[in-house]
Amino acid sequence: MSEAATQDAVNASVEQPVIKMRGTGVNVFYGDKQALFDVDLDVRQHSVTALIGPSGCGKSTFLRCLNRMNDTIDICKVTGEITLDSENIYAPMIDVVELRARVGMVFQKPNPFPKSIYENIVYGPRIHGQVSTRAEMDEIVEKSLIKAGLFNEVKDRLQEPGTGLSGGQQQRLCIARAIAVSPEVILMDEPCSALDPIATAKVEELIDELRVNYTIVIVTHSMQQAARVSQRTAMFHLGKLIEEGPTDKMFTKPDHKLTQDYITGRFG
Amino acid sequence: MPEAHTVSAYDDDLRFLARRLSEMGGIAERMVADAVAALVNADTASAQRVISEDLLLDDGEREIYDKAVLVIARRQPMASDLREIIGAIRIASDLERVGDLGKNIAKRVIAVHTMAQPRKLVRGLEHLAELALTQLKEVLDAFASRSPSLATSIRERDEEIDAIYTSLFRELLTYMMEDPRNITACTHLLFCAKNIERIGDHATNIAETVYYVATGEQPEGDRPKDDDTASMIAPAPGAA
Repeated sequence: MSEAATQDAVNASVEQPVIKMRGTGVNVFYGDKQALFDVDLDVRQHSVTALIGPSGCGKSTFLRCLNRMNDTIDICKVTGEITLDSENIYAPMIDVVELRARVGMVFQKPNPFPKSIYENIVYGPRIHGQVSTRAEMDEIVEKSLIKAGLFNEVKDRLQEPGTGLSGGQQQRLCIARAIAVSPEVILMDEPCSALDPIATAKVEELIDELRVNYTIVIVTHSMQQAARVSQRTAMFHLGKLIEEGPTDKMFTKPDHKLTQDYITGRFG
Repeated sequence: MPEAHTVSAYDDDLRFLARRLSEMGGIAERMVADAVAALVNADTASAQRVISEDLLLDDGEREIYDKAVLVIARRQPMASDLREIIGAIRIASDLERVGDLGKNIAKRVIAVHTMAQPRKLVRGLEHLAELALTQLKEVLDAFASRSPSLATSIRERDEEIDAIYTSLFRELLTYMMEDPRNITACTHLLFCAKNIERIGDHATNIAETVYYVATGEQPEGDRPKDDDTASMIAPAPGAA
């Protein structure tokens, strides 16, 4: 390809990002109480989208809709449409287990299984039938731990319990576990809120590296973290999407007053 | 200032910056006005006072820098707050420079008045200084009210100062050619004129900063200029 053509391709990819997931008119009800109102939000491929807003604004609810985690709550009802690669994930023929393999999740508190580090990683690939031989399992453990930046710290104690690691290591183990099943999208619900600043920095560095191969959606209460790790930011308030845009703009001159008040610490 | 922060000490920090800046603005204005008056009235005592006042602006600038760095470290400001703090740092630098330029005019008062000097030229300087001081005063008002429209109108008016500076430059050249004994005084007056013109430029800088603080955007287009002195040549004697 000529230089000009390459540049054109780059420009085209800048102008027309691939939409990995798209929420259209999403409403969520917990019993009588409506938690999300008519949310339209695109998640771009190979980028980090941060969801911000005060507690109870609906950002975690929206995140949990993206891999149907809300299905586990009986009184929860979701209307509207959410697509993954243009396919509605709430369509009747969707296999939710398969969906959650494609859209993985990392939680606020590190929650390794009470098993060895090794078993934590191979559990997912094994139940999804992605690995069967010992060699395959060894390979996926090593690859996942390397990608999660944890391999060198734990390679000599893979048979020790995952719960014996430090908080930051446990969280990276959970990320390794999520990566092991080769997801396309990784959802993170305040992944650093239980970590110290150094462990937080390692996870943030990891998020930046993972973005190259995955699509990431992160809920965070730290404005600085959202500003550091994400390319797009969406601001929620009282169940509504207030504003969505490039992160650089959202934290220097947001369009909406609510966003401005929230990120500058002038809320309520 | 917009709505209060949840943490009220944050507002105190920002108010400190704004208050200190307006104090610096007041001192800078007074220094320039006094320096020019000292020049017009050949008042060396007053000139001396202006020279000693410059320290106040140096202190002000340092205090604002220290406070701004502390606020950034302590509160990780975002959006309008961040612009406000970066703006304070920039405006403090401009005001400190305005003070230096005023001080430089005051220093020249003694040299200018050891020579006989053309009254008319000092008048011209006075007019230039009035314009620059109006710009400075209005830009401080624009900062106090965070008014982007006022900032824009100030930026557009810098052209006027440039035009008067250019005509003053030409006039001073003519005087020097007429009588070499004028050269010392006229050279000093030329520097004074240049200093005042620079003060106008700093007022324009501040106007641009105010615009950015208020809107989050840089003012559009080049600033208008009418300073042609860089290419001006004195006519050869007897050519006219």
